[in-house]
Amino acid sequence: MTDVVEPFFAATIRTAVPLALAALGELLVERAGLINIGLEGAILAGAFGALVGASAHGVALGFASAIAAGLIVALLFVAFVVWARADQIITGTALTLLSMGATGTLYRALYGSSGVALSIPTSAALPIPGLAALPVIGTALFSQPPITYLVYVLAPALAWWLARTHAGLALRAIGDRPDAAEAAGIAVDRVRALAVLCGGALGGLAGGTLVLAQAGTFAEGMSAGRGFIAIAIVALGRWTPAGVVGGALLFGAASALQFAFQAMWWNAPYQVFLAIPYLLSLAALAGAVGRARAPASLGQALEPRR
Amino acid sequence: MRGRAFQRDSIARELIGAILVLIAIVGTTALLLLVGGYAVDSGLAALWRGSLGSWYAFTSATLVRAIPLMLTGVAVAVAFRAGVLNIGAEGQLLAGAAAAAAIAISLDGLPAVVVMLFALIASAIGGTAWASIAAILRSRFAVLEVISTIMLNFVALHGVSYLVRGPLQEPAHIYPQSSTISDAVHLPRIVGAGRLHSGLLLALGVSVVAGWVLRRTAAGFRLIAAGESPSAATSAGRIDVMATTTLTFLVSGALAGLAGGVEVLGVTFALYENISPGYGYTAIAVALLARLDPWRVVATALLFGGLEAGAGAMQRDAGVPSTLVTVIEAALILAVIAVGALRRHAAVPDAATTPIAV
Repeated sequence: MTDVVEPFFAATIRTAVPLALAALGELLVERAGLINIGLEGAILAGAFGALVGASAHGVALGFASAIAAGLIVALLFVAFVVWARADQIITGTALTLLSMGATGTLYRALYGSSGVALSIPTSAALPIPGLAALPVIGTALFSQPPITYLVYVLAPALAWWLARTHAGLALRAIGDRPDAAEAAGIAVDRVRALAVLCGGALGGLAGGTLVLAQAGTFAEGMSAGRGFIAIAIVALGRWTPAGVVGGALLFGAASALQFAFQAMWWNAPYQVFLAIPYLLSLAALAGAVGRARAPASLGQALEPRR
Repeated sequence: MRGRAFQRDSIARELIGAILVLIAIVGTTALLLLVGGYAVDSGLAALWRGSLGSWYAFTSATLVRAIPLMLTGVAVAVAFRAGVLNIGAEGQLLAGAAAAAAIAISLDGLPAVVVMLFALIASAIGGTAWASIAAILRSRFAVLEVISTIMLNFVALHGVSYLVRGPLQEPAHIYPQSSTISDAVHLPRIVGAGRLHSGLLLALGVSVVAGWVLRRTAAGFRLIAAGESPSAATSAGRIDVMATTTLTFLVSGALAGLAGGVEVLGVTFALYENISPGYGYTAIAVALLARLDPWRVVATALLFGGLEAGAGAMQRDAGVPSTLVTVIEAALILAVIAVGALRRHAAVPDAATTPIAV
């Protein structure tokens, strides 16, 4: 039994980690009342940044340049949406397109047009003594690349920060009533810009995780809609860090189940399983409505600059 | 009203705008080639050769690519005008292509004109059906159509991948593609114009009619009103905004689906996995650059058709990655957004920020 269950848990965690990182970042953005569709672009840019950084100087620089690449995409979003008050959905779409084009072009320019599969240094598993030896879940949870443990720390930290600090309160106030927050003396634009930058950094980190802790290589378009799935996860998780982690685990489990399902119904077309995460996102978005409370100003056009 | 403003715009201003866009594209391309370390002159020469350099390149490469871009571009433009951010033209195109292929193959033997007509109708229905999923999610569950349509794009991609390996696979079951549609059902070629097919006339017709509907009809007025200010349209105009936007969403899906049907009957003659090189995504740039006006879409679709044709030649002849075009497209969208935002700042009169004394 364990030889089925253990790999299932391991696959669940592996798939969930980048989704959780990206979704926690988007959670910050949405709590500030914005929706960054460019998250997909940030993840892809992060993946490419990780490739460049890691092939130059190892895993650490890989993660650093993944964050930097995600930040570049986020910075453009800030310039267009927060500063110039452009439409956030169209800007986000354009940034994702830009990221797809730029990473594809640079990849082919730097590594050959055939897109040779590159092998780069990857982030090795770091077993936590004692915990990693736990039965069934030990390996899945506690014998993972360090980036996995970051999620364990980040989610509760974010929950505490949102609920218990003045800065967290300011962020939530902006998401619900930007005009009131402004009147209360909160620098709305600055906080929104910071939230988007944090979201971009985490999106880049998610892309870096795909390359450095999972695939070990880069492929064009390898983000494969994870940014959009992460946005669905934020709604599914009702805009709370705990909910977001739960949502990411659900998607991880659904992806991991693919292999089990495929083994059980060997004659069902494999494309059905490949489509599951996207169908699940749609169901999650449809089901999230009504019982969840989104930030009141979410996605609305920004008030004119003063 | 953007429609009326368009009539006041002089043709000269439109032309100057078009020339500026062309200069910007050539400039951006040259800059990107320079940064990428490619030979700028041979790159641009290949871009010219592949797009406009010869009658064959213009008709068989540029115009052939402009047809699906025109149809999907109008689909996106109409939807965006109604405030429906349909990013799913790609998935709707694939659904339309699959439906057209399925009908054309299963009705084989009936009179060619009948098969052609039914296949085209099926493609529009296929696109509508695919869009209706997102439209229902939007109207019933308030799901952001941006996210749902992108999700459905991925699902459609996997769906076509299944069809060409399953129910629609060619009889020998070797290649991942459907069987080829019989010659009589192909859209007639335009004489003396290489691979150019009569889908061009259909695309032009759709653009003209869509632009006319937006400008001159009550339905078009309701659509634009619903997009520009849903609350004002509801309270002052007694417009059923949800019904208007949902209907527009479905029409948008039908047009994108039709693009898939035209592509199958006019270019590929079979259903393939990668039947679209991302026309549905390029359509967003086409529509935005046309300022969401179906008439201008004709021009911007030609522009992007030429750009993509030229990019193919750049990759073949000068070794420049064809994804460079995606960068240019994204840069163009961002430029349009930036210009729009700056205009808006300039357009707000001081009176708007001071209390109005009526």
